[in-house]
Amino acid sequence: MTETTTQPATAQPPTRVAVSRRWRKIGNLLTAYSFIAPNFIGFAVFTLGPIVFAFLLAFMHWDGNNPIEWAGLDNFFKLFRDRVFIASFWNTIIYTGATVPLTLVCALGLAILLNQQIFARNFFRTIAFFPYVASLIAVAVVWNMLFHPEFGPVNMVLYTLGVDPKDLPRWAAGKDWAMITVIMFSVWKNMGYFMVIYLAGLQGISAELYEAADIDGATAWQKFWRITLPQLGPTTFFVSVMLTITSFKVFDQVFMITQGGPGTSTMVLVYHIYNEAFVSWDLGYSSMVALVLFFLVLGITLIQFRLTRENEENLA
Amino acid sequence: MSIDAMPAPAALKRPRRRVNWGLITTYVIVILVTLTMLAPFIWMISASLKLDRDVFAFPIQWIPENPRWENFVEIWTKIPLGLFVMNTFQLTIIVTILQLLTSSFAAYAFAKLRFPYRNALFLAYIATIAMPWQVYMVPQFVMMRGFGLTNTLTALVCLQAFTAFGVFLMRQFYMSIPDELCEAARIDGMSEYGIWWRIMLPLSMPAISTLTIFTFVTTWNDFLGPLIYLTKTEVKTIQIGIRMFISQYTQEYGLIMAASVVSLIPVLIVFLALQRFFVEGIASTGLKG
Repeated sequence: MTETTTQPATAQPPTRVAVSRRWRKIGNLLTAYSFIAPNFIGFAVFTLGPIVFAFLLAFMHWDGNNPIEWAGLDNFFKLFRDRVFIASFWNTIIYTGATVPLTLVCALGLAILLNQQIFARNFFRTIAFFPYVASLIAVAVVWNMLFHPEFGPVNMVLYTLGVDPKDLPRWAAGKDWAMITVIMFSVWKNMGYFMVIYLAGLQGISAELYEAADIDGATAWQKFWRITLPQLGPTTFFVSVMLTITSFKVFDQVFMITQGGPGTSTMVLVYHIYNEAFVSWDLGYSSMVALVLFFLVLGITLIQFRLTRENEENLA
Repeated sequence: MSIDAMPAPAALKRPRRRVNWGLITTYVIVILVTLTMLAPFIWMISASLKLDRDVFAFPIQWIPENPRWENFVEIWTKIPLGLFVMNTFQLTIIVTILQLLTSSFAAYAFAKLRFPYRNALFLAYIATIAMPWQVYMVPQFVMMRGFGLTNTLTALVCLQAFTAFGVFLMRQFYMSIPDELCEAARIDGMSEYGIWWRIMLPLSMPAISTLTIFTFVTTWNDFLGPLIYLTKTEVKTIQIGIRMFISQYTQEYGLIMAASVVSLIPVLIVFLALQRFFVEGIASTGLKG
C-alpha cells in the first residue's frame, strides 16, 4: 500500500513542515473521502439503512400507515402457527435441494463438453449461456406455453409417444408437478452461467496431470474422477455456495409460472415475504420471515465453508 | 475411443486417417444440448409470427407458412410498448452510468489511497454482498414511499446504482494495477482525480465492460423491483409492462410472443457485442449483481 503522506522533509523550518504536513494530511483525507462519498452515501441510505430497519421491523407491528407498535416476539411465534410459512419454508428447502445439485451436474457436464476442441466452440458456449441473460418474463411465458397441460407441445409430444392422456403431467397446474416444472425451468435458465465458471476452473487444471495419466493408461472415466473432479474442488465449492444463495432467493420464476400454487405447493419464502408485505401489509411479520431467509442463507454458507475446509484438510 | 482406419495415401501428407468416434459422439451431444437450449427461443420466434389459433397447432410448424409480421406492428399500438421500452432504456442507462462512475470512484480510494476506517468501510460493503435484497426490500420500500418516490423511476435508480458488487468488482481490478504507476504520476504532480481519470479508468476497461454488462442485464431484466415500485402504466418497465399485457390479453399468444421477442432484442445486442468481456468477467470475478 502506498503511503502518500510521508515524503522526505527537506531543509525547511520544522514548524512549517509540521503545518504543511498537517494540511496535506487533511487534504489527502478529504480527497479520499470525496472519492468514496458519492457511492457510500447512496449505499448507506438505500442499503445499510434498510438492513438495520429490517432487523428492527421484525419485532414490530406495522401496517405502513398507523403508528409502529413494539411487538416483542409476537412475529416470531406467529411463524409456527402460519401454515403458509411452514409450507414455503419446506418448499424453499426442497427447491434448493433439487436445484443446486441438478444445476451443478448440468453445468459441469456442459463445461466439460464445451471445453473440448470442437468446431464453433464459442458459438455453442454463447448459446448455452444465453438463457441466463434472457429476460425472465419472456422465457417464462414461453415455458408456460410449452408446458401447457392441455395443448402445450411438450404434452403433445408425450401423447404421440404413447403416454395415456390421463397420465400426462399437469406441469405447472398439477400439485405434484408444479415444483418440478419450476425446478426444470431454473436449471435450464441458470446452468449456462455456472458453466462459464466451470470453464474457467477447467482451464486452470494443468495439462501435465492428464499427460501423466495418459502415460499410466488411465481411462477417460478415471481421469474425470481422479483429476478433473478433485482439481475442480474450489470451483465446485464456489458454485454451490452461489447456487444455494440464489436458490433461497427464488421468486421471479415462481411468480411467473405457478403463482405459488396450486394451493401452496410452490409457495416459497420470498413469495411469502412479498405477499405479507405488499398484499396483507403486515410489514413487521414479513420482516420476520425475511429474517428467517437471512439466517438460512447465512447458516448454509457457514456450513458449506466448514465442510470444504474439513474436506481440504482431509485431502492434505 | 478411436478406431484406426486404412492408412491414407502418402500424397495427402497425412500419416493416418482416423475416424474419431469420441469426437462424433461429442458433436452429437453438443448439437442435441444446443437444440434443447435454443428450442424455447425458436418456438417463441415462430409463435410470434403466427395467428393465435395456430400457435398450438401440432405437429409444430417451426417455420410458419404465412408469417404474420402484423403481430410486430400491432403490439406497439395495443399496449404502450414504446413507452415501456423508453422507460426501461432510461432506467438502465442512468443506473449503468451512475454505477460505473460512483463505484470506480470509490474503488480507487479503497484500492490506492490510505485513510482512517478504510477497512471498516470496505467491510460494510463486503458484508452486504451475501445479504439477499429480499431481506430488506420491505423497509427500503417504506423508506422510498416516505421520500415520495413510489411510481418513479428515480426509486429504482437509487435501488440499483450504488451496489456493493460494483465497488467490490472495481476494487479487485484496481488492486491488480501496480502502485508504482500511481506513485510515478503523483511525483509528476498529478492530482488523485487526474490519476483516476487518466490512468486508472483507461487501464480498467475489462472491469468496466464486465460491470457495464452485468448492470445493464440485471437492470433491464429486473422484475421484483419494478413490480413493487411501479403500479402506474406510465412508468412501467418492459418486464412488468409485458406482464400487464399477458394478464389483459391471455389468449393472444401470437402478440404475447411478439412482445417477448421485442423485450429480448436489446439484451441480445448488448450481450453479443460484449460477450467476450462478459465471459472473462464471470471467470475472473465469479460473482453476479
